[in-house]
Amino acid sequence: MWRHASRAAFHAVMWVISAFMLYPILWTLASSLKPESEIFTHAASLIPSHIDWSNYTKGWIGFGDVGFARFFANSFFITFMVLIGTLLSSPWVAYGFSRLRFPLRNTLFVCLMVSMMLPAQVTVIPQYILFRHLGWVNTYYPLIVPAYLGGSAFFVFLIMQFIRTIPRELDEAAKIDGCGPYRIYTQVIFPLCAPVLVTVAIFAFYWTWDDFFGPLIYLNNTHLYTVSIGLSLFSSADVGTNWGPMFAMSVLSLLPVLIVFLFFQRYIVEGVTMGSLKA
Amino acid sequence: MTTNAVPVTATAEPRLRTARRVKDYAIAYSFIAPWLLGFLCFTIGPMIVSFLLSFTQYSVTSAPKWIGLRNYVDIFTVDPQFWIALGVTLKFVIISVPLKLAFSLAVAMLLHGNYRGVGVYRTIFYVPSLIGGSVAVAEMWRQLFGLNGAVNNILQFLFGVPGDNWIANPNTALWTLILLVIWQFGSPMLIFLAGLRQIPKELYEAAAVDGANGVVRFFRITVPMLTPIIFFNLVMQLIHGFTTFTQSYLITSGGPLNRTLFYALYLYQHAFQFFDMGYACALAWILLAIVGTATALVFKSSSAWVYYESERGA
Repeated sequence: MWRHASRAAFHAVMWVISAFMLYPILWTLASSLKPESEIFTHAASLIPSHIDWSNYTKGWIGFGDVGFARFFANSFFITFMVLIGTLLSSPWVAYGFSRLRFPLRNTLFVCLMVSMMLPAQVTVIPQYILFRHLGWVNTYYPLIVPAYLGGSAFFVFLIMQFIRTIPRELDEAAKIDGCGPYRIYTQVIFPLCAPVLVTVAIFAFYWTWDDFFGPLIYLNNTHLYTVSIGLSLFSSADVGTNWGPMFAMSVLSLLPVLIVFLFFQRYIVEGVTMGSLKA
Repeated sequence: MTTNAVPVTATAEPRLRTARRVKDYAIAYSFIAPWLLGFLCFTIGPMIVSFLLSFTQYSVTSAPKWIGLRNYVDIFTVDPQFWIALGVTLKFVIISVPLKLAFSLAVAMLLHGNYRGVGVYRTIFYVPSLIGGSVAVAEMWRQLFGLNGAVNNILQFLFGVPGDNWIANPNTALWTLILLVIWQFGSPMLIFLAGLRQIPKELYEAAAVDGANGVVRFFRITVPMLTPIIFFNLVMQLIHGFTTFTQSYLITSGGPLNRTLFYALYLYQHAFQFFDMGYACALAWILLAIVGTATALVFKSSSAWVYYESERGA
């Protein structure tokens, strides 16, 4: 009897929290399907009187001569390039730090760890000045190139944590077979890192896809805008209040994130917890 | 630490050995080279430049002009906005970080029980963290708490009270942003959950045999065993809180009456709207000093309250 009551109480609490977690998301979805007139008159309702797709077609057209097709293509391109860069360079660097010995190794490792906690505000201004001098403003280089240079320190750290769990005997065996570090990396360590690389790829995807600050300061040509910037245009004054299309495009922008989450949930949970527990 | 010392044993092939070691080091450096290059160009270099620029007046288009400590003096003495931004950010961090951590720990404790459906709840609770930083969510929040938004609609329905424009009201604007941060309690929750799983069951069993009740077990076993994770979450959330930008930029634009003028937003305005780069660099270094001090305090205090298993018996 007592067990039943406690179980019921548990589920009741979980349901209430779930409602708070999901309501805003479902509300956005519902609003995107409501006729414009209904969005704020029956604001709280999660059920449109009838499904109206016109918000999606209106929103897709975008602003002036640039539509969301372009914004999505831009975002996908940047994300793809960052993914490639991260997957090429992060495990490469992580292998060097976790398996090889070299002078200043500990000092540089401390630098890596500290750079993970460094507020971006401290470096962003000189970075901007640097990229400006290189003529990289209004190009994707400032958003992409850093990924090829080790990517985020967090990714290097995450992969290092994983490499630590790979038995060193495998390296030794390969070494006896005459493999140098390059072959040990490409034929032993890199393939074994596959699970953590999935995690890294997912996070690289999320952070790039959602990034707002980078595109905000480096891109000021509408044709180059990403989805994040495109969405923020809806609320700027000169466009007027186009809430329906804004909700519709918001939903579309969240779709890739949610789809990836649906398929790779396990890897995400691992990524979130791995960095903290084995530290 | 690696040993750089040349081997003292005078064997036949010391030179060969040195050559081999140099080659090994070269190979090792070829692995960390991409990161090292990035670190020098995008972190250390910019930090040095940023520090130097903080003593100049620089508007990007003209050459920087050395003005000594003027920026710092101005910030502390004649810039009321700086103090406002600092106050807003501190208030935001001091309220949101403990609330978020306490809530995520409480939910993790609940999910840790052996109930059915835990996996589903965990998934649902994590979704907001996943999308929380996006522009879509910022826009959504703005509409939810607007005058005609869903929140007021619900309040009207439940209590019959007319709502308020929570975003435009100076007394509530910051709270909507705090709520948004707490809404994203999913990732600390996941970390707490994983931590709870690592606590050996025997500890609880032994305590139960000794007659310890749930409250005692929580404070004597769960909390001490979780302190390393609380510590990690605290540091991460602190840094995150101090550097919050997107939400205040998109949802409230720092308003109303500067009540949500976050430090990162104020810095952005100086750098990229007024193009007062020298001043913005000085602001950035003050931010670094504040975040650094806060983090250092947490680290310093950690020896008093963080319990590491390896210390046991030491």
